[in-house]
Amino acid sequence: MIFTWTILDTWIVATGAACAMACAVLGNFLVLRKISLMGDAISHALLPGIVTAFLITGSRASLPMFIGAACAGILTAWLAEWLRGQGKVDAGASMGIVFTSLFALGIILLSRYADAVDLDVDCVLNGTLETSVIGDTVTWFGRNDIPRVFVVLLTVLTINLGIVTLLYKELKISSFDPQLATTLGINSRFMHYLLMSLTALTTVAAFEAVGPILVIAMLIVPAATAYLLTDRLPVMIGLSLLIAFFAAILGHIGATGLPRLVGLNDSTTTAGMMASATGVIFTIVMLLSPKHGVIARVWRRRSLSHRIVSEDVLGVIYRAEEDDRIATPQLLMQIIGRSGHTIGKTVHRLIRKNLVVSDDQRTMQLTDTGRDAAKLLVRSHRLWEQYLSEHTTVAADHVHSTAERLEHVTDQVLRNKLAVETRSQLDPHGRRIPQE
Amino acid sequence: MHDLIRTITLQDYNTRVVVFGVAALGIACGLVGTFMLLRKRALMGDALSHATFPGICIAFIIFQLAFGTGGKQLPVLLSGATVTGILGIGCVLLIRHSTRIKEDAAMGIVLSVFFGFGTALRGVIQKLPASNSAGLDSFIYGKTASMIASDAWTICIIATLSAAVVLVLYKELKLLCFDDHFARGIGRSVVAMDIVLMGLMTVVTVVGLQAVGLILVIALLIIPPAAARFWTDRLGMTALLSAMIGGFSAVCGALISAVVQDMPSGAIIVLVAAGVFVFSLIFGVKRGVVARAIRRAKAREHLDSDNRTTASVAS
Repeated sequence: MIFTWTILDTWIVATGAACAMACAVLGNFLVLRKISLMGDAISHALLPGIVTAFLITGSRASLPMFIGAACAGILTAWLAEWLRGQGKVDAGASMGIVFTSLFALGIILLSRYADAVDLDVDCVLNGTLETSVIGDTVTWFGRNDIPRVFVVLLTVLTINLGIVTLLYKELKISSFDPQLATTLGINSRFMHYLLMSLTALTTVAAFEAVGPILVIAMLIVPAATAYLLTDRLPVMIGLSLLIAFFAAILGHIGATGLPRLVGLNDSTTTAGMMASATGVIFTIVMLLSPKHGVIARVWRRRSLSHRIVSEDVLGVIYRAEEDDRIATPQLLMQIIGRSGHTIGKTVHRLIRKNLVVSDDQRTMQLTDTGRDAAKLLVRSHRLWEQYLSEHTTVAADHVHSTAERLEHVTDQVLRNKLAVETRSQLDPHGRRIPQE
Repeated sequence: MHDLIRTITLQDYNTRVVVFGVAALGIACGLVGTFMLLRKRALMGDALSHATFPGICIAFIIFQLAFGTGGKQLPVLLSGATVTGILGIGCVLLIRHSTRIKEDAAMGIVLSVFFGFGTALRGVIQKLPASNSAGLDSFIYGKTASMIASDAWTICIIATLSAAVVLVLYKELKLLCFDDHFARGIGRSVVAMDIVLMGLMTVVTVVGLQAVGLILVIALLIIPPAAARFWTDRLGMTALLSAMIGGFSAVCGALISAVVQDMPSGAIIVLVAAGVFVFSLIFGVKRGVVARAIRRAKAREHLDSDNRTTASVAS
């Protein structure tokens, strides 16, 4: 069956995307400040605030509900901070204590006065994006079918983007270096509570449409994903917005697709699938990110270890040639201390790169290019040995292992500096230091 | 009035089962939670319990599709919960160790994505023909009243086993919580000990799911040990007090919930625990707010009198 896209789908995705982006922009600062779980805590703790507002005003009007939830949100942030600071409770635990207690209070209020508040637990906790875009519409720019939740979330997105743009510098400095921020006259505490208030505001606005779980996912996952892709804050914010947007689209498509896996021709909770979509995007980025991805890391570590073994092999052959000895695989294995398999693969790689020739598979000689490369390595090694024995208290017979490690990370500039420092033609063991 | 006395004196069979079960759960959570708190992993329970939800749903769907009914078999659902719960913890550790993302964000990612996927699966279950998904909600909010004798016995056995593990590995766990570098230095495997601790947490969380729900079971792991810390600096004492506070809150909560109408037991258990926490925060003899204020005042007085002495000597 082909997926049919209607105007309703557009509104669902647009509302989801507005919510996701409103959360993602704040999430960048939560992730950088290492208080990601504050979003989790606040969104759970809003429950009693919302229920209390219902009980007092007896209406589902947005304003009282909003004020009640905002109070609960700020109370959570303040209580958690107070418990940590004054009560000397572990930071994570203080958050956990506050939000579980408030959530429990909310559950009790809900079930005690369930009839009075006419509030569905399921709706409050999971959100019903699909139904919230129908019916409750407003007229805007001459269109009369614009869902109210979309307008609300778009407004929140605009507020969040506006405040982040206006206070960008202050937020940035206080996130990366609170001490510096304080010396510059920026009130870090104020920034913390501002961020918490915005998080509460966004959570409240998103509550009825998408439920807290999507809020938590969108606060944390897009920003964390962007953090794996870049080291620059503006780029990170832009990427997180983009990821949030795509997660909304993917999530809606997934919500229609998932039930078909079990043979149902129906759709499931869009909000839940949007949260799952962020997870999928995160997993892909975590594996494939060019700089901080898992595969890139493994690859870099592998190529570094390849380079070190290759350089060691070249060095051993060079020293053997100095002494008019013949370099054999046995010699390589014995000196480098790696398995025959590793040495064999490395030698093959070096032959392929035309740095080493091996006529009979038993002995190895350096080519001219290979000799030049090996010369630089041995030069680095002996310069380090000479430098260490001249300028440090390390005994001459103990400098080898240190030089063995440093030789792989020494470039020409450093070699020249070492040569100026040592001014010796020979290393501590009396061997000549090769010239470049 | 007669009913009230009947309930409180545990003459009612059902109440007896529930009180017995939640008391064991509270004790086990308090005990395990102590080490989680001291290892600074208090919120790991949060990530774990949320991650169990998709497992419950997947187990339900598989059973429903394979056998038509019986998807609400408790052991089946709890096995599913255990699998995704462990998977969730594995993901947190993987993200933290293999990327530059910090532990708080890693936990946030796992809990929201896993739970989000769970709600999507629940949406599917609600649409399944001839399935009754109502029971699944009791895993989110908890339903102590549905506890039967065999559940209570299961929890009791789990509690005894965790207590036994904690007793046997007490020295190792202590080392892990206070000085893991030293533990590594003397050749103990920190990873293995962490796995034991996480395993204990997984087991108590999974059995607690049904009783108090996945959001509030976190509270039973965090609040009792945090409250116990205000009374003592000794680990053994903290663990004992924490277990006692956990058991006490659970019993009180279950009784209140049995007596008063429309009182969800999980939530009331957490609120009783929170009450004990606030009491400890104020009156705790070791680190409580009042005790510390008195100590500070005494120190100031001492300092002042020293200063006066110095001043009079100088003049």
